[in-house]
Amino acid sequence: MTPEQTKAFEEKVYTFVGKPIYTGPRRGYDDVNSAMIRQWCEVMGEKNPAYVDQDWAEKSTRGHLIAPPAMMYAWTQEGYKVASEGRPTDGQVEMVKFFDSYGFSGSLGTNVDQEYFAEAKVGDAIFEESVIESISEQKTTARGIGYFFETYAKFTNQDGVLLGTQRFRVFKFIPPQQEEVTPASSDTLEIPTRVAAPRGQDNKWWWDACDEGKILIQRCASCGALRHPPRPMCGVCQSTEWDTIESTLDGELFSFVEMHHPKFPGYQYPLLVGVISLAEGTRIIANIVGCDVKDVEIGMKLKGKVERVDEKTILPQFYPVNN
Amino acid sequence: MNTLNYADINIGDKIPNLDIPITASLISCAALATRDFEPCHHDKAVAQGMGLPDVFMNILTSQALMARFVTDWSGPEAVMKALKVKLGAPNVPGMTMTVSGEIVEKDDAEKSIKINVTGENNIWGMHMSGSVQIALP
Repeated sequence: MTPEQTKAFEEKVYTFVGKPIYTGPRRGYDDVNSAMIRQWCEVMGEKNPAYVDQDWAEKSTRGHLIAPPAMMYAWTQEGYKVASEGRPTDGQVEMVKFFDSYGFSGSLGTNVDQEYFAEAKVGDAIFEESVIESISEQKTTARGIGYFFETYAKFTNQDGVLLGTQRFRVFKFIPPQQEEVTPASSDTLEIPTRVAAPRGQDNKWWWDACDEGKILIQRCASCGALRHPPRPMCGVCQSTEWDTIESTLDGELFSFVEMHHPKFPGYQYPLLVGVISLAEGTRIIANIVGCDVKDVEIGMKLKGKVERVDEKTILPQFYPVNN
Repeated sequence: MNTLNYADINIGDKIPNLDIPITASLISCAALATRDFEPCHHDKAVAQGMGLPDVFMNILTSQALMARFVTDWSGPEAVMKALKVKLGAPNVPGMTMTVSGEIVEKDDAEKSIKINVTGENNIWGMHMSGSVQIALP
């Protein structure tokens, strides 16, 4: 979008702020009823007797059944029309269409905050009044360029009692070009694997040996100094001639961290990453496994095993040596 | 069915984890139970057109599961005060979501507690994170 187009877009889009989504309070098609509550509870695995057990409810502090508070927004949903003929026009749909017309056709619900002030009872009518509360300035996120908008809804019953409020935050963004979206067709979920180490001409030999279950250490052919990770020149004598020795994977823990955040798909947590001093004299970075983090100490003796950690990855992992 | 007492809860207490297998039945039936008829939650072809491998869980179901996780633990006399959900990676069939929670605040005046809750699936990681506030007897 050119700066002129952005200006024209923003001049119009911000006029949606403050607009109501429905003309007047919108009443849910069905008042709060035990059939819809029971169905919701069945699917959610919800066993709370406050929602479904009449006898229990009569003897409880409340004295009657209530609707699950998390159902609040379900009562005023549009229904099957959304699938069969598309969502009917309202203030939000109008704004969304305007976003779409400028290419901001991606939609991602990011946050929903609900507060509850009174519990809905069977027989209550639910009314929703919603407004487009805010639209952010233009933001660039991992998803792309776009705008966050927030709607604010108030839910009341037939007596005007405020049951709860809701803020719903959506990111409207320019999605990747259609041809870049690969329609998924696989019926099986691809299990993520670890990030693969890049293999270049200076280190491919090391990873190839690892794939075969061997951890090699580079040795200078001129002065005999060992070095790791792999690199083309000896740091001691600057020779580029080298051969390798195989590590016995006996070692001791030099340092370690526990990775907490962010969690990466494909890795098992808790995730302990150690720097291990090998008996040969070089150090290697690898996962510490087979023990609890509270039992890990700098200086502890470790023994490495080269193991398959996922479908695509073979790595050395180090286990405590129990004396 | 008992309900926990406010006095017995301590900041730092953890709620036992709950593993929820994510199936196409759960996703589509729960979307309909929340009256969310967006096709991406029940029509696999539509979801695949969006680049996902299968139908994915709707937000109202994530809210429901977060609420259920807390009241399963607290008992039925707990009164729900707030439910705040931040959404992450989609839940699709074949995953397992592990829900965990920890008590982070106590309000003596309201006898309410705030619980931070996260739901992580075993394939793509964080599906939902947020907090639930309940009042206890």
